[in-house]
Amino acid sequence: MSYLPQILFIISLGFSIWFFSRNVNRLRRNILLGKDIDKTDHKSKRLKKMIRVALGQSKMVTRPIAGFLHVLVYVGFVIINIEVLEIIIDGILGTHRIFSFIGPVYDVLIGSFEVLALLVLISVILFWTRRNISKIKRFWSKEMTSWPKNDANNILYFEVVLMVLFLTMNATDYQLQLNNAEHYSQAGAFPISQYLLPLFEGFSNATLITIERSAWWLHILGIFFFLNYLYYSKHLHILLAFPNVYYSRLKPKGQFSHNETVASEVKMMMDPNADPYAAPAEGDSDASEEIPEKFGASDATDLNWFQLLSAYTCTECGRCTSECPANQTGKKLSPRKIMMDTRDRLEEIGENINKNGEFKSDEKQLLDDYISREELWACTTCNACVEACPIGIDPLSIIMDMRQYLVMEESAAPAELNNAMTNIENNAAPWPYNQQDRLNWVQDN
Amino acid sequence: MSENLKVPTMANLMAEGKEPEILFWVGCAGSFDDRAKKITKAFVKILNKINIDFAVLGTEESCTGDPAKRAGNEFLFQMQAATNIEVLNGYNIKKIVTTCPHCFNTIKNEYPALGGDYEVVHHTQFLKQLLEGGKLKIEGGEFKGKRITYHDPCYLGRANGEYEAPRELLRKMDVELVEMKSCKSRGLCCGAGGAQMFKDAEPGNKEVNIHRTEEALETQPEAIAAGCPFCNTMMTDGVKNKEKQDSIKVYDVVEMIAEADEL
Repeated sequence: MSYLPQILFIISLGFSIWFFSRNVNRLRRNILLGKDIDKTDHKSKRLKKMIRVALGQSKMVTRPIAGFLHVLVYVGFVIINIEVLEIIIDGILGTHRIFSFIGPVYDVLIGSFEVLALLVLISVILFWTRRNISKIKRFWSKEMTSWPKNDANNILYFEVVLMVLFLTMNATDYQLQLNNAEHYSQAGAFPISQYLLPLFEGFSNATLITIERSAWWLHILGIFFFLNYLYYSKHLHILLAFPNVYYSRLKPKGQFSHNETVASEVKMMMDPNADPYAAPAEGDSDASEEIPEKFGASDATDLNWFQLLSAYTCTECGRCTSECPANQTGKKLSPRKIMMDTRDRLEEIGENINKNGEFKSDEKQLLDDYISREELWACTTCNACVEACPIGIDPLSIIMDMRQYLVMEESAAPAELNNAMTNIENNAAPWPYNQQDRLNWVQDN
Repeated sequence: MSENLKVPTMANLMAEGKEPEILFWVGCAGSFDDRAKKITKAFVKILNKINIDFAVLGTEESCTGDPAKRAGNEFLFQMQAATNIEVLNGYNIKKIVTTCPHCFNTIKNEYPALGGDYEVVHHTQFLKQLLEGGKLKIEGGEFKGKRITYHDPCYLGRANGEYEAPRELLRKMDVELVEMKSCKSRGLCCGAGGAQMFKDAEPGNKEVNIHRTEEALETQPEAIAAGCPFCNTMMTDGVKNKEKQDSIKVYDVVEMIAEADEL
């Protein structure tokens, strides 16, 4: 028996794993370009949330139709991976259905994979219909053209092809088993693919083997390809949703992040003993030469690693955007676009590093080149986007960090907001009323 | 309206050597905005009626810094917070009630990191506590059986997970509570948050408050209830824009309770 197929299989498996780990390393490096943030707290709470929200898909079903279909595809994906494991071992060893020694349980497994494969096929076709025929609004926003639009459909086409190959492979395998063909020992139950048998009626064993082998090879090579397509796709969420939910915020949504840099400055300003004109103490020269930390974020690398992880995790479903009051009333702001822009800019920075060994200035940044000021100022900070995300992404935190940059580094708030802030500074209210009049309402009629 | 409000200030109580049980944080809108002042007064009337031992800061109160923080001015926010925390800690404040969800959220969630730790409740939560403690009786009065829809303020609802307290109070009034298509955790913003109250909206095809008012009007309400002075302004403007101000009034939950009790 020739070992050539096994050698070819091991080479393609090896290449696929090598290429995948190369991309995972890049992904990790890019995410860690973000600022540090301590997320080591509440480990068991985080784990429980991950099990409930990521593994248990609890927030997917807030939209019942999409949620239900997604659960089918998700369960199918996870369970069918057991079969992929068998395929890989068979590929390496040149065996036929190596797990079949477990007997009746094996029949149940293969049978349920088939049922799931059919359900996935149906769900994916419905997904495609929702996206392309029903034209659900959130799939047709401004940011959903070119690559994001094709990417979404590519994945659906791909899953159709994989499922069809899987069922074809099983059907021909089953026919060969019925024919008592050599190497095709009796194994598995085929509740779905048995209905495909009439398609192969009258085929010789040799032809059946060719079809079975082609389907087997295309299916597994397709999976290797898919694994490596992930990095270039919104589909990374199938891996990153888990860490993203784990690290997502546990605090009340109204509690915006505390800015420690500002806190120390304010403390100094309010300290009656601090001398603002004091020369830095001897030996303290390091501190004075340090580049002052930037307030807020104007580029992707000013954000923290969790925000960058979220940018890669976002699967562009648009639930955030469809719940956004600004977006619903025709403003430019789309929380999904905030995440996509952050990811695209981070990828650009990553590519720059790949090419030059280190980041060489490209005269671009996240602010203005990707996200406009108009988008940032349209946000009402209502947290609807954060609530809507099924996997714990917080687009609002990015908007807030960028507003901080605009106000504290560029003094570039809209004029009316500057008025309100001046009022707060001068008379302790956003309106021009005197603080001494604060109790006048008691006497008013 | 009988206007014999008893509103002690912290400064006066301190001079008398007294400490109230609770501080009522009035907020900028509640102090200065003509519409919001009515909410403040309605709340005080109830506090007075059931003899709650409270006080206000009066002229020592200043903006919590919420609009500054949401606008991105962390400096100004922290300066405001530091000033307020100094005053609050100076008076040894333990518990704060406020009629503004923005003040509520900021003091409750963002002051602790700056040294201000207090038990903070929204007035609807406080009234619910009083109701459960048997101190407060709620009657439906003129609102009994009326069709009312409740608008969730973002900073009470989504931001802090409080959806039930205001609804509980409304149910106690025997109103017919009808929900808008987006409510509770999916409640649509009125358009005022994130310092939008103090600026014009970016170009679009509609104002957020009009959009939200349309959702409210779809429920065919006889009145709209809210729990935030800013939401109140936005919804009132929205109802005016739809020329329904004569038939549909926008109330704060506490105003309804006070009015039903003919306070």
